[in-house]
Amino acid sequence: MTIWWRRHRNWLTPALLLAPGLFLFLVVIIWSSLETFWISFFDWDGMGVKTWVGLANYRELLDDPQFYVSLKNNLIWLLMFLLAPPAGLAIAFLVNQKIAGMRVMKSLFFMPLVLATVTVGVIFTWFYDPTFGLLALLFRAFGAEAPALLSNEHLVTFAVVASALWPQIAFCMVLFLAGLNNLDEELIGAGRVDGARGLAMLWHVVLPQLTQVAFIAVAITIVGALRSFDAISVMTAGGPFGSSTTLAYQMYEQSLFSYRFGYGAAIATILFLIMAVFIAWYLRGLIRAEKGA
Amino acid sequence: MYPRAIPENRPLSRFAYGLLVALVLALWLLPLFAVIMTSFRSFDDVMAGNYWGWPSKIQVFENYAAVFQQSKMLDYFLNSLIITIPSTIAVLVLSTMTGFVLSRYPFPGAMVIFALFVGGNFLPQQIMMIPIRDLMVATGLYDTFWALILFHVAFQTGFATLFMRNFIAALPSELFQAARAEGASPWQTLIHIVAPLVRPALAALAILVFTFIWNDYFWAVVLTQSDAVKPVTAGLSNLRGEWVSQWNIVSAATILVAVPPVLMFFLMQKHFISGLTMGAVKG
Repeated sequence: MTIWWRRHRNWLTPALLLAPGLFLFLVVIIWSSLETFWISFFDWDGMGVKTWVGLANYRELLDDPQFYVSLKNNLIWLLMFLLAPPAGLAIAFLVNQKIAGMRVMKSLFFMPLVLATVTVGVIFTWFYDPTFGLLALLFRAFGAEAPALLSNEHLVTFAVVASALWPQIAFCMVLFLAGLNNLDEELIGAGRVDGARGLAMLWHVVLPQLTQVAFIAVAITIVGALRSFDAISVMTAGGPFGSSTTLAYQMYEQSLFSYRFGYGAAIATILFLIMAVFIAWYLRGLIRAEKGA
Repeated sequence: MYPRAIPENRPLSRFAYGLLVALVLALWLLPLFAVIMTSFRSFDDVMAGNYWGWPSKIQVFENYAAVFQQSKMLDYFLNSLIITIPSTIAVLVLSTMTGFVLSRYPFPGAMVIFALFVGGNFLPQQIMMIPIRDLMVATGLYDTFWALILFHVAFQTGFATLFMRNFIAALPSELFQAARAEGASPWQTLIHIVAPLVRPALAALAILVFTFIWNDYFWAVVLTQSDAVKPVTAGLSNLRGEWVSQWNIVSAATILVAVPPVLMFFLMQKHFISGLTMGAVKG
């Protein structure tokens, strides 16, 4: 046994070390994600027998007005969320100075990032409250009446996304600050000698060096937008009248509240297909960077 | 440095700039500040819309006592600790092992496994909700601490593997060559060479993973039902339903949920930032 072990340990040990983490991840995360496709072909209440219905769930989805509401809201999330990288970059520029007190202020800027999304949701629900909220107070200070953002079906998604942007901007700022710390000083010095200043410097010298960070910031922001669930659940529960649902939320609601797990799985599959495009794009960038290194 | 540094010999501009940043910061944290202030106020003040004026009565103690005594927040808080701490430790152990193998033992398919870890981590978690819930129900783990622990360990191992792999790959390869020349087994290499060197990475990773798991809300509502296992995020959401417009109480509870991650962040700030950027930027 020991001789056998000694002879093979150089590959057996690594295999055994890799096994538990890989096994857990494959079974729980990867397998479950794949199983969702399979379930989407069934009619299933989550407990009883699954009945094969083929593509019926998808056909129903195409006729479901709620699906288009979710799709539209996901698009709003995505587009508005893409404000986070530039906003984060702007704040990173703002605080990238070595002045007394700046370090403390920098870390205070990060704060929203550490808060739970539920916490952020509760804070903003209160902020938006039309009678007691801070926003209402601000409006009244100017003699206007605040709109009830969370009960207005046209504004609700924008209000929810705005709250979720808060930590997302902080996240992007952290990334860009790290990027700014790694700037090539010589290139910037050379730029200054050549008379590049302000915007020209930003565009031709600084931004090209930040492309990798920007790539990551955008990727993380897109995933964040497609994952959007917590804020909706806490602030609106999809309302009013289902006007603030996203695919993720609709899937949750259909499965756990309407007991339509097959239909929920079909929605999840669509969400996956949208996501797969971005994951492929991200992995391609990652592997390309790996090979270049 | 970009933007150009404000020169040392212009103290006035430096001061003015600092003031400007402080102003932006105050606006940035306005919602949070309002919640903290509200958690000190009485319900009368909340009803009267007195948010910015001096509280007619400061009742920090009463509000927080109400949260502890009249709600189950304290139980939820303990539940969160019971879930988060063992999960974090398990993730650190597993990802050190996977990261070590994936960075130091190239084998065919290693890249595919790595891509699976990273790609799987990028999936919106809702995609796997139905089968995972089903798995937990079938194994009898649904509505126990184990359901959340098992899921979080599995999911976070993806990100943590990326993180540890990159860190271990950046260690000087001479160390590993020397170990091999001395006839050290892979296990000895892991224990005597890798383990002592990855401590800073583990510290950073621990804070991140702790924060991610503590702040989770989605799986808390999907995998638990009873108050005995519900973590604090799901508890806060419940509490808000019960105490509808008593914003002073809700605010106190909100602050309570935020305390552990914020505390971790400020105590180990350097690790937190380096963790986030190391995990993301090097990837």
